[in-house]
Formats: sequence, C-alpha cells, structure tokens
Amino acid sequence: MQHVAIADQVDELHDPTSFITKYIWSQDHKVIAIQYGSTAIFVGLIALALSGLMRLQLGFPDTFDFIDPSSYLQFVTMHGMIMVVYLLTALLLGGFGNYMIPLMCGARDMVFPYLNMLSFWFYFVSVLILLASFFVPGGPTGAGWTLYPPQAILNGTPGYDWGIILMLVSLAVFVIAFTMGGLNYVTTVLQARTSGMTLMRMPLTVWAIFVATILGLLAFPALLVSAIMMLLDKLIGTSFFMPALVSLGENLDYTGGSPVLFQHLFWFFGHPEVYIVALPAFGMVSDVISVHARKNIFGYRMMVWAIVAIGALSFVVWAHHMYVSVMHPAFGFFFATTTLIIAVPTAIKVYNWVLTLWKGNIHLTVPMLFAIGFIFTFTHGGLTGLFLGNVTIDLPLSDTYFVVAHFHMVMGVSPVMVLFAAIYHWYPLMTGRMLDEGLGKLHFWVTFLGTYAIYLPMHYLGFLGVPRRYFAMGTTDFIPASAQDLNASITIAALIVGAAQMIFIYNVIVSLRHGKKAGKNPWRATSLEWQTPDVPPHHGNWGPELPKVYRWAYDYSVPGAKDDFIPQTQPVLEGEQSEEAEAMRK
Amino acid sequence: MTTNIEKTSSFEESGVTGLVADWSSDKQAFDMPWGKLMMWIFLLSDTFIFSLFLTSYMKVRMSVTDQWPPVSEIFALTIYGVHVPLLLIAIMTFILITSSGSMALAVNYGYRGDKKTTAILMFITAVLGASFVGLQAFEWSKLIFDEGIRPWGNPMGAAQFGSVFFMVTGFHGFHVTCGVIYLLVVAWKVARGDYEKKGYAIVEICGLYWHFVDLVWVFIFAFFYLW
Ligand code: HEM
Ligand SMILES: [Cu+2]
Repeated sequence: MQHVAIADQVDELHDPTSFITKYIWSQDHKVIAIQYGSTAIFVGLIALALSGLMRLQLGFPDTFDFIDPSSYLQFVTMHGMIMVVYLLTALLLGGFGNYMIPLMCGARDMVFPYLNMLSFWFYFVSVLILLASFFVPGGPTGAGWTLYPPQAILNGTPGYDWGIILMLVSLAVFVIAFTMGGLNYVTTVLQARTSGMTLMRMPLTVWAIFVATILGLLAFPALLVSAIMMLLDKLIGTSFFMPALVSLGENLDYTGGSPVLFQHLFWFFGHPEVYIVALPAFGMVSDVISVHARKNIFGYRMMVWAIVAIGALSFVVWAHHMYVSVMHPAFGFFFATTTLIIAVPTAIKVYNWVLTLWKGNIHLTVPMLFAIGFIFTFTHGGLTGLFLGNVTIDLPLSDTYFVVAHFHMVMGVSPVMVLFAAIYHWYPLMTGRMLDEGLGKLHFWVTFLGTYAIYLPMHYLGFLGVPRRYFAMGTTDFIPASAQDLNASITIAALIVGAAQMIFIYNVIVSLRHGKKAGKNPWRATSLEWQTPDVPPHHGNWGPELPKVYRWAYDYSVPGAKDDFIPQTQPVLEGEQSEEAEAMRK
Repeated sequence: MTTNIEKTSSFEESGVTGLVADWSSDKQAFDMPWGKLMMWIFLLSDTFIFSLFLTSYMKVRMSVTDQWPPVSEIFALTIYGVHVPLLLIAIMTFILITSSGSMALAVNYGYRGDKKTTAILMFITAVLGASFVGLQAFEWSKLIFDEGIRPWGNPMGAAQFGSVFFMVTGFHGFHVTCGVIYLLVVAWKVARGDYEKKGYAIVEICGLYWHFVDLVWVFIFAFFYLW
C-alpha cells in the first residue's frame, strides 16, 4: 500500500503568494534551508570574530586592555560552542540536509513541512537565547565548551550565573529544534523517494546526512539530559554533579554528586557530535569529487558501509576524551581500542577519495580545490587523532595546544572546507548564478595555506607543553621565550584567514545579482537535484510530474556514451554497460 | 541487469528475503504511513532520554556517600492504621496499564471505522491518564509536605533520592500529561469525523506513544520502588 501525502502528490504544489508565507513562515524546504544556512553563517561570523580576539591576546599579550582573563575564557567558550553546534551542525544538517534530501531523493518537500518550519524557528530562538547571554549581568559563560561542572556553575568562573543558565537553556531548545528537523530528514529518506530511487542509488550526500541525523537523534538526548540536570543543580540546588566542596573559603551546600557523570553524559553526546558534523562533510565531498573528476566514486558500496560503520562505532568511543579523568586502566584500554578501530572505515574513505581522483579527468574548479584541500586537512587531523587515541600518548598531550591543533584540523577546518566546496558547488542551483571564480580561488588559497600556517605550529607548541584555554603563557622553565614569536605569527595568519572569509561573503552577496548566469546543470552533474525543470527549483521542485530514476548518481565518463555524464533520469540504453551493476558486484 | 525502474516492494514477503526486498525497493522502506514511522523514530530517541536518566540515577545511587533513604517506608500508605507498602503505586500502575488496554481497543475500533466507540475509548484512556497524573500529584505532595522530602535534601538520607525521584517521575508525568492532551485532541477530531477519508492511522500513532509511556513507567516503577 502506498501512502500519499504532500511529497507524493501528483498535482503541482501552488506557490504561496504573500511575502510572509514565501520567505518567513515558509514551509518550503529550500527556503527553510536558506534560513538555517544564513542564520548559521551569521553566528559563525561572530565565532570567527571571537577567535580573532583570542588570537590578538595570545599573539600580542598586554597590548589589548579590553581582553582580560575572564573575557578570554568567555570568548573561548562561546567560540567553541557556536562553531560546533550553532554553525556546523545547523549549517550541515539544517541547511544542506534540508536543501538536498528532497531534491536528491526526488521528493516534493520534507514529509512534514510544518514541523520543518518549526524546527527552524526553534533553532532561531536558541540562537537568540545564546546571543542574549552577551548582554546579561556577568556575561556569557566561560566554562569552556565542555561546560564541566563543578566549576561551570560556581563563583569564580565568568558567567557562572546568567551565562551558564542561558547556555543550557539555549542548548535544550536547540535539541528540540534538531529533533523536529531530524525526524523529518530520516522519514523523508526512508519513505518519500521517487520511483526508481532505491537506497543504494542515493548519492552519498544523502546517505551521510541520513546517518548523521540518526546519530543526532540518539546523541542529543545525552546533551539534553545533562543540561536538565545541571540546570537543576544550578537553580534549585540539587547535587547531581556537585560533590561537597569548599569554594572561596566557603562551605557549599552541595554534597555527594559526581562530576564524572557529567563528563560521561557530555561525551556520549560529544563524540557522536564530531561525526554529526564529519559525516555530512564526507558525503558532500564524495559527490563534489566525483562530479569534478568526471569519474564514478570509487567503491560506492564500501563508502556507504563505511558511513554506517563509523556511525555505529562512534557511540562506543566517548571516553577517549576522559583519559585524564582517573579511569580504570581496563576502560582506557577498551576505549583506545575502539577508537583505533574507527580509523579503519575512515581510512577506507580517504583511500576511496584518492582513488576516485586517480586518473580522473580532474577539473580544478573552486569546489574541487576545496575538496582536495579537505583531503589534506582531514588526513592530517586524522593522523594526530591516532596519537591522541592512545592513552599513554594522550596523557602528556591532553589539554595542550596539540589537542587544539588536532581538533581544529579534523573537525574545525575540514568540515568548513567541505562547506565551502559545497557552497561553491551548489550556489548555482540555489540562486541560478555562479560565484566568481577568481575570488573563489583567492579565497581557497589564502584559507588553505593559512590553515597550515595557523595549526601546524600549534602542534609544536603542544609538544612544548603550552596549555590550552590559557589567557597567557606566563613564564615557565619548559616553554622557551621563542614560543611567543610563534604565537605572534599564528595570530597574523589567523587574522589574514579571517579577513579572507570576507572575500567569500562579498562574493556570495555580490554574485546574487551580478554573478554569471548559471543556466541548467553548469557542472554537468548526474544527480537529481540538477534535473529540476527550473533553476532554482520552484516550490514543489518537480513541476507536474515527479522524476523517474533509472540509474545511480555516478555515471560519469561511461564508455560509449554521448556525453561524459548520464543523468539519473535517463533510461538505460539497449546493451549499455552498466557501471552501477559493476559497482554493486564488487 | 539492474535496469528496470520499478523496484517497488509489495511488502508481502516475510522473513529475510522480505526484509531485503523492502529495503532494496524504491519509494519507501516500510509499509506504514509517514507519521507512524516518524513516531517510531521519535520514540527511539525518547528511549535514549529515559535510559540516560535511569542510568544516571543508578550511577548516582551507587556513588552517593550518605545512606539511601528507606524506600519501602517512604512509599507506604497508612490506611485505618494499617501500614501498606507500595499501595498507591500499585493503584497508579494498575490504572496506567488499564489505560493501555482501552487504548488498544480504541485502535482496533478505529481501523473498523467505528468513530463513536473509538472516540469514547480514547476519552476513557485520557481520563485514566489524567487520574494517574492526579495520583502522582497526591504522591508528590505527600512526600513533600508529610515526609519533608525536597529535591535538594531530605531528613532520611542522601539528598539525591529526592533529586532523581522528582526529576524522573516529573519528566514521565510530563509525558503522560502531553499524552492526555494529545489523546483528547485526536479523540475530538475522530468524533468530528476528520479521519473518515484519511483513515484512522492517527489513532494507532497515538497508541504507540501511549504504550511507550506505559512501558517506561514499568521501568521507573521497578527502579525506584522495588530497588
Ligand atoms: C580561523 C579559524 C579559527 C581560529 C583562528 C580559531 C582559534 C581558536 C582559539 C585561539 C581557540 C582557543 C584555544 C585555547 O585558548 O585553548 C579555539 C578553541 C576552539 N575552537 Fe577554534 N578557531 C577557528 C575555527 C574553529 C572552527 C571552524 C571550529 C569548529 C569546530 C572551532 C572549534 C573550536 C573549539 C571546539 C574550541 C575549544 C573551545 C574550548 O576550549 O572550550 N574553531 N579556537
Ligand atoms: Cu571523540
């Protein structure tokens, strides 16, 4: 029995007419995606500015009076939290998930558009609550993005009052928003594909976003639960996470709670979160590479199973963030082992990207440059992850700049590289115009080289023992004075990279009106989103009839074919050698 | 060759081959309406929330330094001078399980298209749910006013007893309350005949949620009252 609802209706949806229903209370997945995306980029810019301020302090201590130790901690915290949750998660899933899933699966919209709209507005409210914390007494929380109790809610930590409360409330609202969106994404992928679109014909972008969303639906509960418990500790004086302690010479009323419980809950969310942002990036980069190398993705089936395997494994590695929390050595052994096992499917993916490039007809377009840049940064970040996954190596490196360098390479810069690749790649679809290629290349080279100028030296600082989250290095025996020069150079690089992002913003805004007209399918891609009757697609996506899918999304450079790509909607010809069948046999 | 486009599953085969046929089909992987699948996935996510609450409770209970309060004493009612442990809870549990029964009947009548009986049964379910919440309020007030138990402390022992108890039963009670509202809204729409064309799957979706809330209660019951 087939169940008919909006995404399946034969007759075309009618465009909403008023400005408000079209652009504000819109239920169209594409508009919601843009709303999500622009809000996320907006807060992302705030986080970028905060990182600039931190770098100014680190590079040139004692020069900027307005940055004091407390505000430094607040900047670190807000920067980290915004980047991970409010920028990357929102942009990758709320933005690209929303835009791509219905188009790539051949649906008219998400299965429950109204819920989808609510999802955005809840996200928007969570952002407002978060930003409000800059304006309350005491300012935003300075507890670090991990928000570890007991210090997070105790006098002595900046923002221990209003700041932390608003942060926790904002996160709880974010979880609700994510859940509403996530339920939609999963259901749409499972139930609302068009005819011919089997799961194993979906582009890897959809696969990856699908699995990442499932991870989110199972991991965000841990964040919600820990936020509720910490709010209770803060507001009504329960002692879930708070042991008996003396603070500033005063005996507190707390007794018998367990700070380590919070760490477990937080990282049970926190580690899958890394993959919630990494997996969509994996998926999108696979598609970008395949299109711009004019080659089918190497090992499609393996890529799908690697995504699923990584997703499953990511729930059993969380305590590798807690090696220094006095864990039983047997647990350390367990979590080190699982962590290293995850490297296997991850390495498979890297090999497959490289093998897709191998002997491909590589077009060094801007999206492709960013995609290749991603392979570099991700491999580097992944390799240092193997170091840190081992207990004995992690112990001395934990909480040093080595860790800062590692996670920025692997989950900071790498997903951002893919986001840029994706924006340059799909901007023509979303707006009908191309982004400027020259500015794009400039943006790429400054960002890519700058990334290395920033983060490579940080590994070395970490080896020296420079601790993370410190306002100033002070004078110690083990850190040579020359480390300060390195810090200054990192800051200069960071400011340049930050400025380069303005080129990008300028490009995005100006090209909206003045960009070259893209026409249909400018990259000559096979997947469904490029086969819509109008560019950019209208409300309802497909005109009167849903597309029919006859092949997978990777028929590039098929021998004997007229063009070097065959769209998914093109029936299989008599006697055609199917690359798909070939890939499925492997 | 994998060239034919129609790969739609008939959803009629069973066993492993059926599973493979469903999952390798186009259009949809499960033979159910969107709302129902979405409810299943939501409940899976909610299961994680409750499991994490209960796991945290276990961890807290095992690591507190003070004595855990004597649970069987606290949860006893004294009626006409007779001390009956777990009486109130037994009644509450009985009510909730009965409500699952009436819900199941409602689903059944819904699929037969008997909108009057369905609406009545859903209404009964909602009333049972509301009385559960009422009894819970009674229990809370007894603990708070008679026994002096507060979320941040109590005279009998570890402060965390009150903290987790109020948090977890409160969260569950919130679910029941939402369920009651949801049931009333849907019952009203059923009675009005909104689903005559669309079909009565919504009743089953409601039922899924309701049974889930019941099931969670069984765990809470076991962990809080019997441990
Ligand atoms: C130009 C780009 C960026 C620069 C210059 C930058 C710089 C910094 C600096 C200076 C710190 C504080 C280090 C410390 O004192 O411990 C930091 C922390 C952090 N950054 Fe970035 N960052 C950038 C981009 C990103 C991105 C894209 C992410 C996304 C994941 C990210 C995530 C984090 C996190 C999670 C922390 C840790 C916060 C904490 O310790 O609580 N950063 N970053
Ligand atoms: Cu991790």
